[in-house]
Amino acid sequence: MIDFNLVPLMPEIFLAITAMGLLIVGAFQGNCTLRVISWFGVGALCLALFMLTRIDWHLGAVLNNMFELDTFSAIVKVFIIIGLVASLALSVRYLFDENIVRFEFPILILLAGVGMLLMVSATHFLSLYVALELQSLSLYVLAAFRRTGLRSSEAGVKYFTLGALSSGMLLFGISLIYGAVGGLAFDDVAMVAAAGDVSPLLIVGMVFVISALAFKVSAAPFHMWTPDVYQGAPSAVTAFFAIVPKLAAMALLIKLLMGPFYAMALQWGQVLYALALLSTVVGAFAALVQDNVKRLMAYSSIGNMGYAMIGLVAASPAGVSATLLYLVLYMFMTAGAFAIILSMRRGDLQVLNISDFAGLSQTRPFLAYGFAIILFSMSGIPPMAGFFGKLVVFEAAMEAELYVLGTIGVVSSVIAAFYYLRLIKVMFFDPPEDAINDDTPFARYVVLGVSLAMVTFFIFKPAGLMDLMDSAAQSLFIS
Amino acid sequence: MEFLAVFTPLLAFVVAFFFGKALGHKGAQVVTCAGILLAAFAAINLFFDVALGGNARVVELAPWVISGDFAVHWSLRVDTLSVIMINVITIVSACVHIYSLGYMSHDGARGRFMSYLSLFTFAMLMLVTADNLLQLFFGWEGVGLASYLLIGFWNHKHSANAAAQKAFVVNRVGDFGLALGMMAIFVVFGSIGFDEIFAQVADKADVTFDLFGMHVHAMTAIALLLFVGAIGKSAQLGLHTWLPDAMEGPTPVSALIHAATMVTAGVFLVARMSPLFEYAPAALMVVTVVGGLTAFVAATIGMTQFDIKRVIAYSTMSQLGYMFFALGVSAYGAAMFHLMTHAFFKALLFLGAGSVIHAMGDEQDMRKMGGIWKKIPYTYAFMWIGSLALAGIPPFAGYFSKDIVLEAAWADHTWFGNFAFALGIAAAFMTAFYTWRLLIMTFHGKPRATQKVMGHVHESPPVMLGPLAVLAIGALFAGAVFYQPFVGGSGHHGEEHGAAVEHAAEDSHVKETDVLHVSAEDELKKIGAEIEQEVKAVVSQDAAHTAHESDHGDNTHSDAHGTGHDAEHGADFWNSSIQVLAENDTVTAAHGAPLWVKKLPLVVGVLGIWLAYILYFKSPTIVPRLVEGMKPLHTFLFNKWYFDELYDALFVKNSIKAGKLFWRGDKNVIDRYGPDGVSAVSVAISKGMSKLQSGFIYHYAFVMMVAVIGGISWFVFKFVVEF
Repeated sequence: MIDFNLVPLMPEIFLAITAMGLLIVGAFQGNCTLRVISWFGVGALCLALFMLTRIDWHLGAVLNNMFELDTFSAIVKVFIIIGLVASLALSVRYLFDENIVRFEFPILILLAGVGMLLMVSATHFLSLYVALELQSLSLYVLAAFRRTGLRSSEAGVKYFTLGALSSGMLLFGISLIYGAVGGLAFDDVAMVAAAGDVSPLLIVGMVFVISALAFKVSAAPFHMWTPDVYQGAPSAVTAFFAIVPKLAAMALLIKLLMGPFYAMALQWGQVLYALALLSTVVGAFAALVQDNVKRLMAYSSIGNMGYAMIGLVAASPAGVSATLLYLVLYMFMTAGAFAIILSMRRGDLQVLNISDFAGLSQTRPFLAYGFAIILFSMSGIPPMAGFFGKLVVFEAAMEAELYVLGTIGVVSSVIAAFYYLRLIKVMFFDPPEDAINDDTPFARYVVLGVSLAMVTFFIFKPAGLMDLMDSAAQSLFIS
Repeated sequence: MEFLAVFTPLLAFVVAFFFGKALGHKGAQVVTCAGILLAAFAAINLFFDVALGGNARVVELAPWVISGDFAVHWSLRVDTLSVIMINVITIVSACVHIYSLGYMSHDGARGRFMSYLSLFTFAMLMLVTADNLLQLFFGWEGVGLASYLLIGFWNHKHSANAAAQKAFVVNRVGDFGLALGMMAIFVVFGSIGFDEIFAQVADKADVTFDLFGMHVHAMTAIALLLFVGAIGKSAQLGLHTWLPDAMEGPTPVSALIHAATMVTAGVFLVARMSPLFEYAPAALMVVTVVGGLTAFVAATIGMTQFDIKRVIAYSTMSQLGYMFFALGVSAYGAAMFHLMTHAFFKALLFLGAGSVIHAMGDEQDMRKMGGIWKKIPYTYAFMWIGSLALAGIPPFAGYFSKDIVLEAAWADHTWFGNFAFALGIAAAFMTAFYTWRLLIMTFHGKPRATQKVMGHVHESPPVMLGPLAVLAIGALFAGAVFYQPFVGGSGHHGEEHGAAVEHAAEDSHVKETDVLHVSAEDELKKIGAEIEQEVKAVVSQDAAHTAHESDHGDNTHSDAHGTGHDAEHGADFWNSSIQVLAENDTVTAAHGAPLWVKKLPLVVGVLGIWLAYILYFKSPTIVPRLVEGMKPLHTFLFNKWYFDELYDALFVKNSIKAGKLFWRGDKNVIDRYGPDGVSAVSVAISKGMSKLQSGFIYHYAFVMMVAVIGGISWFVFKFVVEF
């Protein structure tokens, strides 16, 4: 039977068509259209978000069971689109400042976005692979977006080479799974696994697939690319990397673990355990001696992915809900943090060393106080939102009796608090350096404002977001 | 109304403190004064609504802490007890706010000063409107903070900083007791809400704690722990040393915080917890003894001091002692009555003293004053009114309240009641003495200040005299007007009396506690009726006397024939916000005290005034000889019974010694192997990790492959082991 119901994929289709259209506009009109295309892209994303909220979230599978829209993927998509809007809004001015005015930038972000949206809807390993690659290829290009810059090119090449390696692992894993199961739909795998027929072949395939995704979310020990790429890529791209793809890849991982692989929770639990443990420890320790803010954020994201994964190891609805909440809060905090980092310019130069933040509280008090709030939140100090993110994750770990993992997580979060607090100390107690430009564009203030509002006001109504995440997690476990 | 009364000062504080720079001093002054005046207006409205209209209520605002069995809400409990406090606080605070406009007019940070005053007022209001112990504790600590900020307001003075710290630290000791008491209450009652506690008190009267093998009576332990908190806050003997030093703060602060309101928080706490204290007779005994001793000791010290503010401070401490022994003999109404009248006349005295200090160019030593009464006649008159009220001369406010306190102590007919009565009479004598000593030394005799200072002596501006006038009205009339409602009747408690039960049936606004007692009404009704018969008999014996007292100025309740009506009015007025067991009802019994008990306070008061007149006015030459003759005693009193020196030797020195010891241990053991060691190791690990981050793609790829192969090997290994 041919299934022509495309309604559940409306936002993706709309975005893909828009991206093509904008590409044509750009190709004919040249780079001067960057600003128009960017804001048009933001508009299109908002429209897609609107569509997403209007369609029924229980429409089920489409395109011959290649994709599906359920509550989980819909909620994740909402936040992916919000993240895309934020990263586009943050980057426009940056491209002009850095003199890399090329109209492909917003189009690449839109295409990466389409890939991510499809990714979390995938119900088949092939559609998963295609969507993942659409996303990854866009990211590789973005990493090398400043073609003339040595660092940026290096970052692009590194990311691409290692990404290719991980894609290879993914495909190899998928082929092993096919060998074990005889099908590639998630349901087929789930059925075979649930029947108790867990062959070593299936497990090895699963390990490959998880490793490939661990690369995408930069979980240790597949994290080595992250600091180099974060530092090398143009800052706007780094912001994008930090804000959105992590959420999408992690959502995909959740979908796999709680779907086709759910019957093998005993096995993947061990893999995730190791990944979470290593990530938290690496994220905490390696960042201690970093001088570059972008590198610091890279390690911070490694550590935070580790905390998010602690919730997954619990393999319970509460754990999944905790992980999702953590990821979303982290996304908001990162957006705010990069709104500030992108504004750190002196003259024509971006300044990114920690020492450049000295005395920011006197030269740009609003940025300094905003950053301080976000950093407090990231280090998990109440009453900021970050505290509750960590709280629910560790709560889930304790409920699943993962005492060792929980304890190590807490200890490493204490260590990690050091480098967040060090930044605050530098901003508030060190004598100011030369003034920072105060030409921060309005869009960046908006992103920062939303982020700060989320971080500080979360405590007053935590139930709203938490209930949303609970319903997302529940929908995975019912089906 | 209650929102307006409680939250306007908070709003004023927020505006004046956070936008003080933008508003300027003028703006901050206007905002805070407007706020407090609005609050005072609302408070007076509340008084008519709640105390006279019998409209007590609890307004829930928001949940605060909900954790398992522990649930606490922000709420405003507005009953007679709290509404009296609200009125005292807002009215005195309004006077002090206005007064401060003049008194602080040359201070560089007067806007901030006003905002602190508003903050204090808000915290104090939170304290008295609390519906549970945690909110009370919040207010308790809030007033402590405001007190700290205001004592040390002139922070360029070393002595002010030291005094502020002393007040804070000494109060910590008391707060610790209060916190322990709260915890004990939660253990015993499973709640810290007042209604829940009071409803269970009668059932849990015999509960005991097992502590280190001893059986401790729970109610006594709780009551004593709460009382420790009260001792600290209300500067009772033992934890009183901070109060005299607190006089380092600006005078309006002394008037508001250290005379009228904050220091009475302990009295309020005991009155609020009266249902619980009633079941802890041993604790009440302790309260009585401590109160009596405080009244006495403070009065003896007050006689020897020369700093005008310190004299009044010791007088405050002494009067607080009166309130406490009134509480101790279950005369809660009398204690609250004295609290209210005292708030008026003591604030008046303090602000009057402030006016003198202002006039003398910041001179506080009475030895350098004298002979200025003609130059500042209004201040002089106001000081007379305050002094007459303090000494208990009719018809001033202090006469009524001090008398009922002393009569209640006598009417308790216990050894500690008599003890407190004796000490109280002695203190009353000394009170009158040192008050006139102050008046005479300050205003009469030959001028002892320099010519230059004398030339500058001037009457305070109207903005300072206005509040004095308001307070003077309180000091004049508060006693006579409020005598009947506060302590006038017989059955002013809501316990097992027949009267209370009848009320419960009539009145739709009865409190939960009453309703509970109704359940046992059948058998109690008989007993209640009998008791009431007796009570009426006792009271009617004294009807003539009551009528006589009513003539002094009160015409609203002077129905001499209707003691029964009075009885009901008393119960109505308190509306169960304080509760007394039938056998402890000393306020009623006090009305039956013999004439000599009733007149003795007045007699000794007049004697004290006469003695002061002789010694300081008529023949001042006697004093030095007298002091010489009683050198050891005088030195002992002048040095405040050596409390400070004792505490310094016992606690302060040893604490510093212990602190140094621990500091060394901390630095050499814990720091070296703890924080310093761990951070060194962390940095070493971090550097090692950075080295792994070589930057070469093939290294990265290698690590990835090793990880994958490691993972697969792990599962293969397990698989092999299983088979």
